[in-house]
Amino acid sequence: MMLDARGYSCPEPVIMLKKAMESPETEYEMMVDNRASLENVTRFAKHNGYEVEAKQKGDDYALRIFRK
Amino acid sequence: MLEGIPTRYDERLIVGYDTSDDASVYVLNEELALVQTVDFFPPIVDDPFLFGQIAAANALSDVYAMGGEAKLAMNVMCINSQMGQEVVRAILQGGYDKAYEAGVLITGGHTIEDKEPKYGLSVTGFVHPRKLLRNSSAKEGDVLLLTKPLGVGILMTAARGDLVDEALLRTLYSEMAQLNKTARDMMVRYDVHGCTDVTGFGLLGHALEMARGSGLTLHLESEHIPYHAEACDMAEMGFVPAGAYRNRAYTQDDVVIREGTRQGLMDILYDPQTSGGLLIAVSEDVAPQLAAELQQVISCAEIIGYVTRREEKALIVE
Repeated sequence: MMLDARGYSCPEPVIMLKKAMESPETEYEMMVDNRASLENVTRFAKHNGYEVEAKQKGDDYALRIFRK
Repeated sequence: MLEGIPTRYDERLIVGYDTSDDASVYVLNEELALVQTVDFFPPIVDDPFLFGQIAAANALSDVYAMGGEAKLAMNVMCINSQMGQEVVRAILQGGYDKAYEAGVLITGGHTIEDKEPKYGLSVTGFVHPRKLLRNSSAKEGDVLLLTKPLGVGILMTAARGDLVDEALLRTLYSEMAQLNKTARDMMVRYDVHGCTDVTGFGLLGHALEMARGSGLTLHLESEHIPYHAEACDMAEMGFVPAGAYRNRAYTQDDVVIREGTRQGLMDILYDPQTSGGLLIAVSEDVAPQLAAELQQVISCAEIIGYVTRREEKALIVE
């Protein structure tokens, strides 16, 4: 599932991911555009048992959130 | 920000823009100085009356943090066309309610149209020039007191994800709406040297200003710092306001935090507070008595640390 949280500030990106995690999906691609969202989304995902890979793309961050 | 802009010098302006203090102070005569401040912000709660109360308590706090007595205020307000008359009135009613409680006269104000509503007060108060409490006048050997628990910013962020229960929210609301006047009225009877209120820069940001301004090191004892335990969990789950990360970036080079401190607690120390408590630097010999007296009249007053000569870092969290 692709989640584009660019343009949103905290806690919206975390809330987007929280809602998405109510679905049966086990892997999410997410875009955020600030460090606070990067850190918060990473914390939320890890707290819920997911792994996170993050890459910087220009001013944005691309996250892959998945179960091991 | 103001570099290159011509400003006038006046020796009566004893606290101005340059010392990052809570309010400006202008000496009128040997016994009286004028304290001036303004603060306003967008709604942080849905209830307009409560928003008005919190915004007013927050604006008045800057005068109390200088050891002053708030006396006159003016409404500063932004409204949009979607807001009903009753909502605008409820916000003002909240502001007037706190002003009344504080013994402050609201003498007028100004309202403009803006997409995002905002409310606050411009406040005028008075202080005896020799009883003025700067954020930069803590003394070696002082003890530090904090008068409201931390974690409000994190919990209000988590509340937007529906993760905070009603009872805790009510506690947070009443803490944010609580005037720092009670604490101020009590502390000025003691040998207090320095004071600031803990707001947007978080405990560590405001403590750093006190440490640097005083040329000393502030030691904070983490087991004595009052905070909402729920905020620790919420921070670790990712509900940290962007301001806390900014505060960390701004502060961390001059701070040592004891190894093994929980991540959530570190976030709480950087958490921006809305209408937070007073951070008071007071003589060690009277600190326990001041703390005990404060605890009789407000729900939180904890001794959280002490002040030493300047060490390698300005702040040490033990």
